[in-house]
Amino acid sequence: MTGATADAAPLLQLRGVETFYGKIQALKGIDIDVNSGEIVTLIGANGAGKSTTMMTIFGAPRARRGRVVFDGKDITALPTHLIARLSIAQSPEGRRIFPRMTVFENLQMGASINNFAHFDEDLERVFTLFPRLKERAPQRGGTLSGGEQQMLAIARALMSRPRLLMLDEPSLGLAPLVVKQIFEVIADLNKREGLTVFLVEQNAFHALKLAHRGYVMVNGLVTMQGTGAELLARPEVRAAYLEGGH
Amino acid sequence: MDNFLQQLINGLTLGSIYGLIAIGYTMVYGIIGMVNFAHGDLFMLSAFIALILFMILTQILHLGSLPIAFFVVLVGAMALTGLWNWTIERLAYRPLRGSFRLAPLISAIGMSIFLSNFVQVVQGPRNKPAPQLPNHVFNLTDGLGGAKGAYSVTLSVRQILIMVVTTVLLAAFWYLVQHTSLGRAQRACEQDRKMAALLGIDVDATISITFIIGAALAAVAGVMFVMYYGVVNFADGFVPGVKAFTAAVLGGIGSLPGAVLGGLLIGLIEVFWSSYFTTDYKDVAAFMILAITLIFMPSGILGRPEVEKV
Repeated sequence: MTGATADAAPLLQLRGVETFYGKIQALKGIDIDVNSGEIVTLIGANGAGKSTTMMTIFGAPRARRGRVVFDGKDITALPTHLIARLSIAQSPEGRRIFPRMTVFENLQMGASINNFAHFDEDLERVFTLFPRLKERAPQRGGTLSGGEQQMLAIARALMSRPRLLMLDEPSLGLAPLVVKQIFEVIADLNKREGLTVFLVEQNAFHALKLAHRGYVMVNGLVTMQGTGAELLARPEVRAAYLEGGH
Repeated sequence: MDNFLQQLINGLTLGSIYGLIAIGYTMVYGIIGMVNFAHGDLFMLSAFIALILFMILTQILHLGSLPIAFFVVLVGAMALTGLWNWTIERLAYRPLRGSFRLAPLISAIGMSIFLSNFVQVVQGPRNKPAPQLPNHVFNLTDGLGGAKGAYSVTLSVRQILIMVVTTVLLAAFWYLVQHTSLGRAQRACEQDRKMAALLGIDVDATISITFIIGAALAAVAGVMFVMYYGVVNFADGFVPGVKAFTAAVLGGIGSLPGAVLGGLLIGLIEVFWSSYFTTDYKDVAAFMILAITLIFMPSGILGRPEVEKV
C-alpha cells in the first residue's frame, strides 16, 4: 500500500450523501473516503447506486443532502465543469466517447482543462499504455470496438493528468483478455505514479483483488467496507457477488 | 444559355444569403436541439442596425471612404446582432433549459414576435430605403459578339462582394469549428453535453458563443440583403427566415456544410423557377422540392439519421 498516511485527510470524502431522481431516492446517505495514492473500489449489484455515486461527485445529479469534499474543499455545490477542472477525471458509464470526433480529437478533449500544456508528452504516454489507440488515431470514435472505446475513455481521462481517476465499470461487455489488460494498466499507473483511483465495478472479484480498499453497496447504502482481501474473504460478499464463477 | 448563366449568378447571390442565415438555425439546433424561431427576425434586425450604422458613419461622422464604411458596418452589425442574440439566449432560452421540450420553442416564437414588433415601433412600419451606392455592373457578354439583342449577362460589384464575403467568412467559420479548441468544445457539446461538462467544458458559455456566432453570420446576411435589395422593413425577417430554415432542413439539420448547400439550392430553385416558369409560385417550388427531398431522404441531403433528438 502506497503512502496513504493515517493522519492525512482523505483526497475525496463523501459524508451522508443523499441523491434523488425526482422523488426516488438513489443514495440514502453514504460515507466514502478515498485516500491519496489508493485504489478504492465500490462494488454492488445493478441499480445499487454505484454510477449515481460517481456522477454525484461531479454534481450531476447534485447531492440533495450531505457533503462531497475534494482535497479539503467542499465541492457539493460546484458546477460540473469546475469540479472537472480540479483535476478529477472520469471514464463514465457507457464510455461516452464523442462518436463523430476522431480518436485524436477525443484525446484533445481530455486535455482541455490544462490548456494543452505537456500535451505531446501525455499523448505519448497514453499511446504507450494503449498502443491500439495510436493505430486508430485518425479514426472516428464511433467506429471503434467496445474494448477500444473503453481504452479511449480511460486514455481521455488520463490526458488531464488527474489527481483522482474515476472509472465506471471499465470491464463491462469486454473480452476477459481486454479486461485483464485494462486492470493491469490501472495497477501499473497506481504503483509507478501513485495515481489515486476510484473504481466502480460489478466484476467484484477482479476489482477487490486490485483495490486496496473496497465498499459494498446495496440499494443506495454502503453495507460493508474493508480492505480488498478482507471483503474477498467475507462469506456475504462471496455469496452475493462471487459465487457461480467470476 | 445566357439566361441560364445570369440566373445562376443571381441564384448563387440569393443562396449565399440564405446559407448564412441557415447556419445559425443548424448550429443552435445541433447544440441544444431547439429551432430558434427568432433567428429570421434577428436577420431583419441586423439589416436595420447596418442601415443605422451606415447613416451614422456617412451623415454624422462624414466618413468619405465607402470600403471603410462597409467594413465598419459589417463588423459593427455582426457585433451588435451577436450581443442581441446573446441577451435573448440568456433571458428567454437558458432559464427554460431542462424544462419541457416545447417551452424554449414557444419562447422563441415570442422573441420572434417581440423583435419584429420592436422594430416596427422604433423604426416605423414603412419600407426603409438604403442609400444608393455606386454599383459597377460588368457585362460578361461584351466582346463575345453581344447577346443577339435578347439578354446580356451581367455581374455587379455587389454580387461579387456578396459571394466573396460569404466565401471568406464561411472558410473562417469552418476553420474555427474544425481546428480550434473552441470549435472542438462546440462539437463536443453537440455530441454529448454531459460528457463535455465532465471534461471541464463550460457548456453554458459554449452555447452562448454558438448563439453569438450564429447571429454574427445572420448579420452578414442582413448587411448583404439591405445592400442588394436596397430596402428593408420590419416584416422582412419572416420569409427569408423560413426559407433559411427550409435550407437547413433540406441540407440536413445539424450539418454545417448542409446548411450552406441547402441555402444555395433554395436560392437557385427560387431564381430558376421565377425565370423559366412564373414568379408567383417560386416559394411553392422551393417548398415542394423540400417536401419531395424529405420523403426520399428524411434526414436531408447531408444529414445523418437522427434518432435521439426531435
